[in-house]
Amino acid sequence: MTKNKLAELMARSLKVREHIIRMTAGGGCFIGASLSCVELMVYLYSELLNIDADDLQNPARDYLFLSKGHDVPALYGTLAELGFIETARLQQHLLAADSVYWHPNRNIPGVEFHSGSLGHLPAVAAGVALDCKLKDQPNQVMVITGDGELNEGSVWESLLVANAYQLNNLTIIVDRNQFQANIRTEELIPLEPLADKFAAFGCAVRTVDGHDLSQLEATFKTLPFSDNKVNVVIANTVRGKGLPSIEARADRWFCAFNDNEILQLLEELHGNKEAIIESESLTVR
Amino acid sequence: MNYEELLVQTASADERFVVMTAENRALVRSAPKLLGKRFIDTGITEQTMIGMAAGLALRGRIPVVHALAPFLTMRAYEFIRTDVGIAHLPVKLSGYIPGFLSDGNGPTHQAIEDVAIMRGIPGMEVFCPADEDDLVRMLPAIWQSDAPSYVRINHKQGNYTHTDFEKGKAEIISEGSDVTLLTYGFLFNNALEAKQLLEKEGLSVGLVNMRSLKPVDEACIIRCAANSKLLVTIEDHLQTGGLYSIVAETLVNQPHKATIFPMALKERWFRPGSLNEVLAFEGFTPNAIAATILKQL
Repeated sequence: MTKNKLAELMARSLKVREHIIRMTAGGGCFIGASLSCVELMVYLYSELLNIDADDLQNPARDYLFLSKGHDVPALYGTLAELGFIETARLQQHLLAADSVYWHPNRNIPGVEFHSGSLGHLPAVAAGVALDCKLKDQPNQVMVITGDGELNEGSVWESLLVANAYQLNNLTIIVDRNQFQANIRTEELIPLEPLADKFAAFGCAVRTVDGHDLSQLEATFKTLPFSDNKVNVVIANTVRGKGLPSIEARADRWFCAFNDNEILQLLEELHGNKEAIIESESLTVR
Repeated sequence: MNYEELLVQTASADERFVVMTAENRALVRSAPKLLGKRFIDTGITEQTMIGMAAGLALRGRIPVVHALAPFLTMRAYEFIRTDVGIAHLPVKLSGYIPGFLSDGNGPTHQAIEDVAIMRGIPGMEVFCPADEDDLVRMLPAIWQSDAPSYVRINHKQGNYTHTDFEKGKAEIISEGSDVTLLTYGFLFNNALEAKQLLEKEGLSVGLVNMRSLKPVDEACIIRCAANSKLLVTIEDHLQTGGLYSIVAETLVNQPHKATIFPMALKERWFRPGSLNEVLAFEGFTPNAIAATILKQL
């Protein structure tokens, strides 16, 4: 990746994080899991995916499905920065008059499918990928899952079937931020050795630093990883990335911050002093 | 023409159709050979099959999906509700051996709540054919519609030539002033014989094949309740959530003079056995139906 490109994507990532922080106002959002997948969203939409904001129904487009769903502020921030939706629309967050709520839905341009119930979109994406194969079309189909989401058996069931149909146009990206809702994955339902598990299910697996844009490019540019296997990218990330005051904290999953805290967090994001948070975080939503 | 012939013919003529199964090939034996890659067997994975069907439908396909009715409607329920229902995708669910048709399998295989749970999904349509003739008459309209649907597959041969199908319309076999039998699915033929037995007793007997349970023919139910002293709902389904509930929902805010009597499974699974054994034990032979109704008059 060129220096200029890297600078451009890093700047965009910073903007997306600002959007996410602002979306914690007026009722809150799942900030931790959104901040962990910012570079993934920014890289994929800016550099890799063939999706035209002005031609969203083009059957030759690539697809990205957000399976964990509650990370949708990262998607909306990215879509706003890339002109898919008006930035002003993000301020409609949680207003019944619009459709900007805690989980993705197809009323927002660029959202391919609704989600929120975990473990669904690997199967839906496999159906899309299979249809692309049946029609001999070169579309790439990507799914971002959480790591906690991998508790759901339906994820693994889908992988069995997708590999049986040799869907090497399907890529599962795990936002490996090490947390499920309230607790570290390894403390509750351990996932490791995760890459081995995916490999045992027949997938071609790569592991990357999910915040390193150059690494993301180096990995995704080599897709498909094989002729006949589902691709899996395990992106090692940090929940709450960019805000040291909330990074990798079990109690910073869903947060509703007041205006003062949001101003402090925006300062913190830009390298100034850490915010002092007094609002209580919700760990269950 | 039977189910399989109609399905293969429909899919052969229209590239949008794909035939899917969670390794239940009883109804689609010839499909792999005749449809090639548009026959998709996902193995014993009802959830994944439904999710993939939603994905295929997103791309413009019309998936006709097959599994045993209990596993299709219950194992995959949340996928049907969430992926197919919320997106209102034209995924066509074919539930095999529903109700008493699971005969000797036992309660694990008894889909006797399928009508209740499938009609609980907004936009989902529910159809229950009386026999193969009824099934084949209704499928073209169901498969060509934009709506998701659940068909309680009944491929048994009947003794009755049905009228053409219209979504949301019941098939009125006869009207009667003493009693009207409202039924659907496999029990239609036994209800038809029971009607004849009751007529021999000098009664005026109505019989309706409800066939389209959602949308349902409310006007027909209201008319039957106005014209008959007794309405009997006959179904191989739990009493909760099926036709008895539909009739109750329809009539609760309507003036009606009829008494409503349910013949259904009340809070229990049925005794497994060969089909005739089940019908005899559970009181759904023509004689048993007629005798039960006579006691109510």
